[in-house]
Amino acid sequence: MKKVFQHLNSTAVPLPIENIDTDQIIPARFLKATTREGFGENLFRDWRFDANGDPKPEFVLNNPLYKGEILVAGKNFGCGSSREHAAWSIGDYGFKVVVSSFFADIFKNNALNNFILPVQVSEGFLHKIFSAIEADAEAKLEVDLEAQLIRIVASGEQESFDINPYKKACLINGYDDIDYLLSLRNNIEQYENSREFNF
Amino acid sequence: MGKTLVDKIWDQHVVVSKPGFPDALYINTHFIHEVTSPQAFDGLRKRGIPVFRPQKTRATADHNVPTINQHLPIKEALSRHQVEMLTKNTNEFGVELYGLGHPFQGIVHVIGPELGITLPGMTIVCGDSHTSTHGAFGAMAFGIGTSEVEQVLATQCILQYRPKRMKIEINGQLKRGVVSKDIILYIISKISASGATGYFVEFCGEAIRNLSMEARMTICNMSIEMGARGGLIAPDQTTFDYIKGRQFAPQGADWDKAVAYWQTLHSDADAEFDRVLTFDAADIEPMITYGTNPGMGMGVTHHIPSLEQIEDKERPSFKKSLDYMALEPGSALLGKKVDYVFIGSCTNSRIEDLRMVAGFVAGKHKADNVEVWVVPGSKQVEAQAKKEGIDKIFEAAGFQLREPGCSACLGMNEDKIPAGMYCISTSNRNFEGRQGPNARTFLASPLTAAAAAITGVVTDVRELI
Ligand code: SF4
Repeated sequence: MKKVFQHLNSTAVPLPIENIDTDQIIPARFLKATTREGFGENLFRDWRFDANGDPKPEFVLNNPLYKGEILVAGKNFGCGSSREHAAWSIGDYGFKVVVSSFFADIFKNNALNNFILPVQVSEGFLHKIFSAIEADAEAKLEVDLEAQLIRIVASGEQESFDINPYKKACLINGYDDIDYLLSLRNNIEQYENSREFNF
Repeated sequence: MGKTLVDKIWDQHVVVSKPGFPDALYINTHFIHEVTSPQAFDGLRKRGIPVFRPQKTRATADHNVPTINQHLPIKEALSRHQVEMLTKNTNEFGVELYGLGHPFQGIVHVIGPELGITLPGMTIVCGDSHTSTHGAFGAMAFGIGTSEVEQVLATQCILQYRPKRMKIEINGQLKRGVVSKDIILYIISKISASGATGYFVEFCGEAIRNLSMEARMTICNMSIEMGARGGLIAPDQTTFDYIKGRQFAPQGADWDKAVAYWQTLHSDADAEFDRVLTFDAADIEPMITYGTNPGMGMGVTHHIPSLEQIEDKERPSFKKSLDYMALEPGSALLGKKVDYVFIGSCTNSRIEDLRMVAGFVAGKHKADNVEVWVVPGSKQVEAQAKKEGIDKIFEAAGFQLREPGCSACLGMNEDKIPAGMYCISTSNRNFEGRQGPNARTFLASPLTAAAAAITGVVTDVRELI
């Protein structure tokens, strides 16, 4: 079943930490599964649970005040390894959108390939979002992919975000890169035949 | 106007380029390992399609494998399952596997170059961010996610946007005791862990030209640690000499043709880069990191920045990082006690790294308070080390020489640094928990790590050579 993404109106979970790397999102020792499901349980594992597996009350995912389908994080989110498990764990936990002022390249790609929308906003707007959530844990954000807009519902403040047109079409229509590449089969074979150096 | 090396390779590999779409790029070599491939094979099964060009994919088992008693079944059930899945998938889809026990087995980024699979001008991908290592040969090599692994298996192509190009030039000559790991840690400390995001970086300049292939690999390996898509170095005689005669390298007339082509692979003199940075090799000291991202590094004799030196908005992250490391802002690291020394990983586990360490420790013995693990990058490195008697030097020094794999670089197997302990490591990441829950990592060169092994504390290796 193919997922689609168009529009979202949700409360958000704030994580105002910079340089959150993929080892924090999903520590390597949880990469042993051979399917894509079930990674949400171990999302932010070492921040979320202590050594005995008990929830750490101070971590935001353990705070019942904060919930929603949007994760809002500090600059340079998703740096580190290329493990797609980071995107799977975020998606499996139930997030559909991640907002930050900067994303690491591979993470951004992995997120989009899993129908999770990375929304990159300015430092200033990110700050406004954090302030809005701090003032009211129920504060809602609205993400409109068609219009490429993110809005703080209560104040009406909004900012537009970038997404490349191809990925946007993929998200809205629910098709993926392999569908497209498979349709290029003839071109690929032609390319191969035309090469002197195909190693 | 001339072209950069990145553009030359890119243009040679574009299968289809349509406005508004990413380019479909042909991939010459695809490496896979046990951790990021099972879901991709599953995807093929669900679509009912084969691997399109099975001979262009090579597999090895490295991330999860034990480094002691590799001939016995893997004890840990989940790791064993992942490695077994790799065997099953590669069998079923007709992909060559260098699994446990195979003489070519090893860390994926170590075996590609040493087998002569990695060649100049290639596009190379792997579901692992340190694929950038292969860029040392003048290849465009980059890490991909599992969905992309599936794309390459299915079509031998990947969808990509042309990256921006950055040139990093290191002029002059390195000082005594300073090696390629120090160059890259120095650059990252200058431009930060995200300073090259969105770029493909070409390294050049006298200091780079003078490096051996293995030292060049260390530099390209860590280009991902400054956020770059990849890093590469134009091939030259050093490159050709290294490749010649290796297992899968071209031979005879093919070799001559290949070299003629490879000699065209350099940025033209008038090629334009989006960003150019220049450094002087003489400014580089032996480096060490003090924080929890590879950008938090300094010369080993320096002090950690004080809070005042850090911008207001960066302070919370900075403090969090130092709290994790249990280090004080403004303090020095020299003389700080270390508990573990890890010499290994795709950054520094090649034969030259082991020779460098052996040359330094011969006739010395490790300090009592440290445990020292040396994990060779591959079966071939291990065999070569034994042939040269390096194993005896390590044994006499109290170092444990283990069997090949990723090991304590990411702690997926049993090689974890215990909570709260300090490890000086030749790997590439000092993230929280990377080497084990609550483990504390100092990244450094093999020489600096070896010096700490002997003294038991963070040491300026220049004082011992
Ligand atoms: S040695 Fe470390 S960085 Fe290299 S491939 Fe293995 S886990 Fe990744």
